[in-house]
Amino acid sequence: MSTATLPDDPKLRERFGDLKPALAPQAAVIEANRCLNCFDAPCTGACPTHIDVPGFIKRIASGNLRGSAMRILDANILGSSCSRVCPVDVLCEGACVMHRQNHKPIQIALLQRHAMDAFHHSGEPVPTAPARSRKLRVGCIGGGPASLACAAELCRQGAQATIIERRPLPGGLNTYGVAEYKLRAADSLREVEMIRRMGVEFRFGETIDSSAALDALEAEFDYFFLGLGLGAMQQLGIPGEDSQGVINALELIAAYKVGHIREMRGTVVVVGAGNTAIDAANAARRLGAETVYLLYRRGENDMSAFDFEYEHAKQEGVQFLWRRQPLAIRSNEHGRLLLDTVQMQQVDKKLLPIPDSQFTIDCDFVVPAIGQSPLAQLIQDLRGVEVRGGRIVANIATGETANPRYFAGGDCVNGGREVVDAVAGGKRAALAILKTAEATHA
Amino acid sequence: MPDMSIRGFAGTINCPNPFWLASAPPTNCGEQIMRAFDAGWGGAVWKTIGEPVTNVSSRYSATDWNGQRIMGFNNIELISDRPVDVNLREMAEVKKRYPKHAVIASLMVASNRESWHDIVARSEDAGADGLELNFGCPHGMSERGMGSAVGQVPEYAQMITEWVKEKARTPVLVKLTPNISDIRTVARAAKRGGADGLSAINTINSITGIDLDTLTPRPNVDGKSSHGGYCGPAVKPIALNMVQQIMADPEAALPLSGIGGIGSWRDAAEFILLGCGTVQVCTAAMHYGYRIVEDMAEGLGNWMLTKGFNTIEDFRGLSIPRVTEWKHLNLNFKIVARINEQKCIGCDLCHIACWDGAHQCIHLDRVSGPVNGHVELHPIPAMREAESRSAVVETPVTRKEREAAVQGPYPTPLARIPRVDETECVGCNLCSLVCPVDECITMVRVDTGLPPETWDERTRGASCTTQTQS
Repeated sequence: MSTATLPDDPKLRERFGDLKPALAPQAAVIEANRCLNCFDAPCTGACPTHIDVPGFIKRIASGNLRGSAMRILDANILGSSCSRVCPVDVLCEGACVMHRQNHKPIQIALLQRHAMDAFHHSGEPVPTAPARSRKLRVGCIGGGPASLACAAELCRQGAQATIIERRPLPGGLNTYGVAEYKLRAADSLREVEMIRRMGVEFRFGETIDSSAALDALEAEFDYFFLGLGLGAMQQLGIPGEDSQGVINALELIAAYKVGHIREMRGTVVVVGAGNTAIDAANAARRLGAETVYLLYRRGENDMSAFDFEYEHAKQEGVQFLWRRQPLAIRSNEHGRLLLDTVQMQQVDKKLLPIPDSQFTIDCDFVVPAIGQSPLAQLIQDLRGVEVRGGRIVANIATGETANPRYFAGGDCVNGGREVVDAVAGGKRAALAILKTAEATHA
Repeated sequence: MPDMSIRGFAGTINCPNPFWLASAPPTNCGEQIMRAFDAGWGGAVWKTIGEPVTNVSSRYSATDWNGQRIMGFNNIELISDRPVDVNLREMAEVKKRYPKHAVIASLMVASNRESWHDIVARSEDAGADGLELNFGCPHGMSERGMGSAVGQVPEYAQMITEWVKEKARTPVLVKLTPNISDIRTVARAAKRGGADGLSAINTINSITGIDLDTLTPRPNVDGKSSHGGYCGPAVKPIALNMVQQIMADPEAALPLSGIGGIGSWRDAAEFILLGCGTVQVCTAAMHYGYRIVEDMAEGLGNWMLTKGFNTIEDFRGLSIPRVTEWKHLNLNFKIVARINEQKCIGCDLCHIACWDGAHQCIHLDRVSGPVNGHVELHPIPAMREAESRSAVVETPVTRKEREAAVQGPYPTPLARIPRVDETECVGCNLCSLVCPVDECITMVRVDTGLPPETWDERTRGASCTTQTQS
């Protein structure tokens, strides 16, 4: 595993340059000095991983950058990617008391990135406890943020953790699913490499597709952490969805991040109005699409995307088609797509098509982005782990499932939240596994 | 606009306003001083004139604080390194072109009568409006028996003042060093020696800091440093204390030119309120240039207008009697902290400051229910932090989740607005000092129902009682 598996594409770098440039060292100190150092700080409280925000910020101010990074990593081993991908407006920065002082919250994300960049630049490994004499072996299934956080915490405390991932690269959505202008795949892999150096083992391309495979794993590991994420993206369920030119949002994002798609031309219609839809629409613009529509069956006020993402999409030149539902996808003789849509209206609480409002959009790509489907296949086979509504039923504070050997966290439990939620879930589960193991084997 | 002019300071010194540049690099030569007068300064004390010296490189260092440059400033520069006759020729030129401004010759020569008589005569011939005897320079010159070597020994200070007074026709100011256990002893000596006025304070012995890479203190002169003189905003409280001591002492009090960390009209007003007739500025002018005097003059004038003061003399010294010995303070005066819930931003710095640095009486119990009383009745701050950090928190990803935040009666969530237990509050001020919001925490007087009583009165009473009983 190394970053060498990703070709460095100068054009991609140019098109997907940092959304927010890093702080220069002195700018970071000036910003750090602005922090009031609140007691029981609201920013820390708002962070799912409870990073000691004033603690790491004041270490930047004092010039203790190593201590600052350690403070972040203590709480959140993916502090580096979280500093880039967290929706801080609704988390730490949203909670900053400065909103009520002068309306300028501390730039926590950029400060965190400053400390973490310095740490990665130093090449120093994360300190871990010596491996315990009795090796506790935990298999973490799925290679995304939840599993990474769980495995890292286990290793940090002397246990042995192995990540089992079906894809060729680790990092899950951090590597494959985050807009490149927020987090480069290479940076995600750099962070995973840091975790590998802590002693976490990785196995790639391994699919647990049979009862026998699971039997073998159960013989190998004492406990399991399920960080499975969510299933494939949901289908629109309309005729013509399998046409050439229809590519779902996560496939599109993964494809451009690993270099399979380098350019998009013409008109792109993204269907959906969540954060992933916006990432896909922005990506289409940056890849060269002249016209990008974001089509949503409800109105502006109903979209689930964060406000700042919506604003960003407008700045990228994405156009919005509200209250419009796709009906069918057809191809014309020039190989272009015809997306038949209808205008919707809210009647009482029902969303109904407006008669005779059909409208066809002539386009080159249709990008469904209406959410990920719940995991179905694998979990059904996991002995006694309860699944409800496509989510694993687990204690949110400990990750415990109905099977005492299985713990779970991240999207497969919470239904799809942020990287920082997955990290928090993974870490909480690691602590619970250690506690359970101690109680069982004491 | 009020009249800011100074008439007859220390006898005969006149100038358009009380703002002087102190004897230092900003007054090194005539060209600088003339530009300073054009910028609005009322007077200048020429960089100390004496036998030329050789300076080192580097010479200055500073203390920064929380990202702000030059909270304190330090120098190891000596007196003027220009020949005496050059300085005096330029002084004559300045006086000719700026007759209404005050030009004071700061002097430092070898400790013998002839040298002092000579330099006094030459300075006055050049047109100096007054003389300032530099008995304060803490570095370099003191090793040669000048500067603070004189200023730290009252007998020497008195003797040299007497020599100068034998010859001087213009007012003689003695500049005092703070590097002495009681500045009043030298002030009294100067007064006995016939000084017409005083300047205080000179710089304070200092090492500003050490370069943690090279382990060499600053300023670095080829791998070594030396004790310097500290000045700038950091020294103002020390200067005010000494100014008040001098002006409250009848044996020491003389017309005083205040020095020490003055950089704004507020600072100037404070020195004047403690009795200074003029003020001297150096560090702020070195930091920002002569132009700072514009706001100093304007700001002081505007403040005088709002206060109804027409001249500097109208408010000079008004705060001196408001400083007293501790034993004369009223023990029955009580204030408590009040927090304005509408202004509180919820940083809770007052809570932790009160718990760790004061009297454990600011609590975060508005939601759980207010509890008054001694420390044992309350959860300690660490418990609250542990509770917050063990809470399971998730990112509000849906619109509904984001809009779910409960709006309380105040801009800040009620749980984060601290509450003062007035039964335990001792009125120490700490919370109001750490609060980052103006007028959020105010200290409010509460009636104790007791008549004023000082420690002095209380202990005197006690001894009377004892006597009566015996």
